[in-house]
Parts: sequence; structure tokens; C-alpha cells
Amino acid sequence: MSVLVFADSHQGKLAKPTSETVYYAKQIASKIGGSVHVVTYGITDADSLAKLGNYGAEKVLVSKSVTHSNDDQLTALVAEAVNATSAKVIIFAFDPMGKMLAPRLSARLGAGLVAGAIAIPEIDGAKFTVRKNVFSGKAIASFTIQSEVKIIALLPNSVKAVAEGDSPATVENFEPAIPEARIKVKEVKAISGEGIPLPEAEIVVSAGRGLKGPENWGIVEDLAEALGAATACSRPVADIGWRPHHEHVGQTGIAIRPNLYIAAGISGAIQHLAGVNGSKTIVVINTDPEAPFFKAADYGVVGDAFEVLPKLTEAVRKFKAAN
Amino acid sequence: MKILVCISKAPDTTSRISFTDGDTRFNEDKVQFIVNPYDEWYALVRALELKEAQGGHVTIISVGGPDLEPIIRKALAIGADDAVRVNVNATDAYQTASEIAFYAKDKGFDLILTGKETIDYNGSQIGGMLAELLNMPYVAVASKLDINGSLASIERDVPGGVEALEGMLPMVVSCAKGMAEQRIPNMRGIMAARTKPLQVSEPSGASALTNIVKYQLPAEKGAVKLFSADNLDELVQLLHTEAKVI
Ligand SMILES: Cc1cc2nc3c(=O)[nH]c(=O)nc-3n(C[C@H](O)[C@H](O)[C@H](O)COP(=O)(O)OP(=O)(O)OC[C@H]3O[C@@H](n4cnc5c(N)ncnc54)[C@H](O)[C@@H]3O)c2cc1C
Ligand SMILES: Nc1ncnc2c1ncn2[C@@H]1O[C@H](COP(=O)(O)O)[C@@H](O)[C@H]1O
Repeated sequence: MSVLVFADSHQGKLAKPTSETVYYAKQIASKIGGSVHVVTYGITDADSLAKLGNYGAEKVLVSKSVTHSNDDQLTALVAEAVNATSAKVIIFAFDPMGKMLAPRLSARLGAGLVAGAIAIPEIDGAKFTVRKNVFSGKAIASFTIQSEVKIIALLPNSVKAVAEGDSPATVENFEPAIPEARIKVKEVKAISGEGIPLPEAEIVVSAGRGLKGPENWGIVEDLAEALGAATACSRPVADIGWRPHHEHVGQTGIAIRPNLYIAAGISGAIQHLAGVNGSKTIVVINTDPEAPFFKAADYGVVGDAFEVLPKLTEAVRKFKAAN
Repeated sequence: MKILVCISKAPDTTSRISFTDGDTRFNEDKVQFIVNPYDEWYALVRALELKEAQGGHVTIISVGGPDLEPIIRKALAIGADDAVRVNVNATDAYQTASEIAFYAKDKGFDLILTGKETIDYNGSQIGGMLAELLNMPYVAVASKLDINGSLASIERDVPGGVEALEGMLPMVVSCAKGMAEQRIPNMRGIMAARTKPLQVSEPSGASALTNIVKYQLPAEKGAVKLFSADNLDELVQLLHTEAKVI
């Protein structure tokens, strides 16, 4: 009854949610009485893989022949690993790669998928009940999976990975027969502006139309820099071209779940909240005490962003210097 | 080029969400349904642009009951040529994908577009399942799609960058922001949509693999703690000691 984790790799390194997915798999494996195996590709640093033992992995299977991300080869790789390890439960991160592979594998194996799980399943014999956010975070639904083999894609930042073990995982080469890729990666263009990638950022400073114009973003960037944060924006701001499109969060942009989300000059429309309401802590800065965002906030400052942002940056710098 | 666009209904983004039957069913009463924004704004409009540039035919498919009709007519008003409704209330993504695949398998579509996700169940599942069931390649969450002959060039956002991809048609692509701009249907489109063909197709009887057994609302947030612009040191302290986020 083993549990298999697919771990994505970026530029030769394990994707960030891997410790979470391995820890999550371990919690399931402990309940059903089995061990955790990991399958990955494109990573040569065996030490970083062995360290997954700390989160409960027993064995890591690495393919060198799959060199770039594509659904054909990676789905085949995971399906072969399912066979090789007799896995009954397969865990992905619900990130761009998980969204590509998990549904394909689900249809291939006839294995029910819960895409975007937020908690460790309740397990009662062969019955798994898994919770996930629905209606863009406005509700939570409990799903049961009917099939014998089960797939869960875990929403990043939903469980806290705890390093409980200290025995390294064994690392093995895994080179099953893999088909040709029908989709080829031509190039990966790094997003301009070195900053922290928004979907992975633990702290995000975001601003909206209240900032009045693109020339005023310096005070947003200063605060982000002081906090080691990524920057984001509301949709109209991206639409009028004040900020790049990849910063647009919300219903029609990207959904993020940082530990801390600071929003300045954003009203808090429901479509904006849909992309940020999974944040652990929300701080809102707005001149209008009636702005809807305050209802979704943990902390608020009723005030002018042009005054509050620089002062907040000062306060953060002072705090960082003292701690 | 024959393009199939998968569309779903979704509750209007401002809808109040509530449940009935002991919290086992979404309460559709008083809910205004719209075309799922990713399907309408990105998948459908990009399909129409491709057709306008190089000729072709755009078919809409939607799996569900007769209540889908206004949603489908809206998509026809924006410019699709014809539509199919598979007459079954599917209970999960696998059942929905199986029904779309059953309809599409022998129709010779060159390109199948879906939205990135439905804004109600947020699963991002249908596209990948469909690709597998039809044995086509799949690109998830694409922000750009160009077709040259039978070669598709695609871009998608990945952590820290943008991936540029290539592959041969037929394929399945799920569409996100960047793909196209929303189009508002005009009067002529709305009139024309009334008489465009809407075929009702009977389901294959595929079954679901998952099932929703209960809904709940998220825990309420406590009241917001307010600070003045002169008291931000305290806010920063609380972010450290209370919220533990810095
Ligand atoms: C289907 C659909 C999907 C959508 N998807 C998204 C989405 O994904 N993301 C998104 O963000 N929006 C989305 N929207 C738009 C959304 O409804 C709002 O219109 C938008 O979020 C508003 O952006 P904003 O808060 O920046 O601007 P506004 O609503 O104009 O708010 C500006 C705020 O700034 C405050 N302010 C003004 N001056 C200052 C100052 N000096 N200091 C501090 N505060 C100040 C004002 O009090 C106000 O609250 C969507 C809409 C629809 C219909
Ligand atoms: N009932 C349905 N009928 C047709 N297409 C659908 C249906 N549900 C979802 N889709 C398509 O699949 C995409 C992804 O949906 P989901 O996997 O539910 O997030 C949507 O954006 C639609 O394009």
C-alpha cells in the first residue's frame, strides 16, 4: 500500500512544495500502513533527494532521460513508477505541473482525483474523504474518491511540512521505456525583474488603483524589498498597463496563498478576494474605512497609502535591524 | 480548422454561496449563472480569432441539463458556429471529460480548447483528462496560442518564467489570461444566435470517480485590528509576535 509522490524539478532543483507533498504522503502512508516513494526527473544532486527522508520518503526514483517538462513523458514516467512501487495513492502539488499531469494520469489509470486538496484526508478503510476549496475559496467541499487507486493534488502552503525523520532516502535511477514527447519546450524565458516569483512568495505587497499611476510604485517596491516580498496588483492596474500582467491576482489572474498579503489602495472587490483569500494574514491600507477589503483583513490601516507605505517600510526596516 | 471549445456555466462571481439538503448540495436558488469567464474570454475568443485569421469552424460543447441553454446561446452570440449539449448532469470532472471525449472522438477536431479552470470547482482537470481519453497532447494554462499550418506555438507561465512550446495538432489546450480579450456580443450576434444549431446529444453513460459528500463555509475571520499611520511599529510587532509572518 505505498504512496507515490511526483516531485517537479526547476533548473535541476526540487520544486518548492516537495517537502509539503512528501510530508503529506507520509501522513497518509502512516494511516494506511505503507511507505512513501518519490519519482522525479532532471535532478543530479543526490543529496538533496536523500534529504526527502527527513519528511518521510523511503526511496526516490530519478529519471535522467526525461529532461524537460512535457505531459506525455512525465505522465508515462509517473505511471511506470506507480507500477514499480504498487502505489495505491499518488500525490502531486496543485501547481502548473500538477495541473498538467494529475488529470492525465487520473484518466489513464481510472483513478479518482481531488485537485487542490487543503487537508490530510480522513481515511476509513478504503474510503478517503478529502477537503478542497470551491467557489474560489468561498466554501470548502469534502470529496470521496470511489476508485481503488486515488490521486490527490495538494494545494501548496496548505499543510506545514515537519521534518520528523533523520534517515536519508535511498536514491535510485529509474529509466523505464518512455515515449517521445509530442510537445517540445523551445525555451524558458525568465520573467524580467529578478524579484521573487509571485506564486511562491511567502510575503506579497500588492497595490491597486488607489496608487494613482505607475510612477508611484516606488513606495510599493520599497516595502516589498524591506520585507523580501514579491509585488502584485489588482486587475485594472494590469489592464491599463501600470504593472505587468503576471502581477495580476484574483479570479481572472492568479490565485496566491502567501503567509502575509499587504494590499494598498485596493478596494477588495469579490473577484480580487477570490485570488488572495487563502493568505494566512491580510493587511489592508485604504483611505476609505468602508472599503470592503477591511472585512477580509486581519490588520488594517485607514490612511493614505502615500503616507502609510513609506512609514511602514521604515517600521519594517527598524524591526529587521533590531531582530 | 475544426475547433471545439468546452464551456461550462458558473455562478456569477458576486453570487452568495449557500447550500441545501443538509449541506450536501449547492443552492442554485437566486444564483445568476454566467459562462465560466476563462471559457468565454480566453478559449472562445481565441478560437474565433484563429477562425477569422485562417478560416475554420468553431463548435461549442457543454455537458449538462437544459438550463445550460442561455449559457450556450451567449457563446453562440459571441460568434461560435454551432453547439452541442450533452444531456447529463455530470457529477465530477472525469464524467464530464468522458462525455466530451465520447462526442469528440470521431469528429476530427484539430484543436480543443478549455478554460484554465471553472470558477466554482476550480479543478483544472477537464483538459488533461480529455487529452488522455482522446490520446492527444495537452498544454495546461496557456497564455498564448498561435497556429501555423498544423504547428501550434504556445506560451505558458511557469514559476519564475514563461515557457515557449511547440507541437503538432491535434491537441488540447487550456486557456488563461493573455490568450485574448473579452468580446461583448452585439445585437446581430444575439439575433443570429437564436437560430444557430444547438444539438442535444445523449450521454454515453460514463460514471464519476469522485463525489462531493459535504460543503461547509470557511471559518469567519475575526474583526480587523486597526492602526493609525503613526502606530505602525506596533503593527509590525504584531505581525511578528501574533501573526508570526515576519
Ligand atoms: C468577471 C470579473 C472578474 C474579475 N477579476 C478580477 C481579478 O482577477 N482581480 C482583480 O483585482 N479584479 C478583478 N475584477 C475587477 C474587480 O471587480 C474590481 O473592479 C477591481 O478589483 C478593482 O481594482 P482596485 O481595487 O485596484 O480599484 P478600485 O475599485 O478603484 O479601488 C481603489 C481603492 O483605493 C482606495 N484609495 C484611493 N486612494 C487611496 C490612497 N491614496 N491611499 C489608499 N487607498 C486609496 C479607494 O478607497 C478604493 O478602495 C473582475 C471583475 C469581473 C466582473
Ligand atoms: N460541464 C462542462 N461542459 C463542458 N466543458 C466543461 C464543463 N465543465 C468544465 N468544462 C471545461 O473544462 C474547463 C476546466 O474545468 P475544471 O476541470 O472543472 O476546472 C472549463 O474551463 C471548461 O472549459
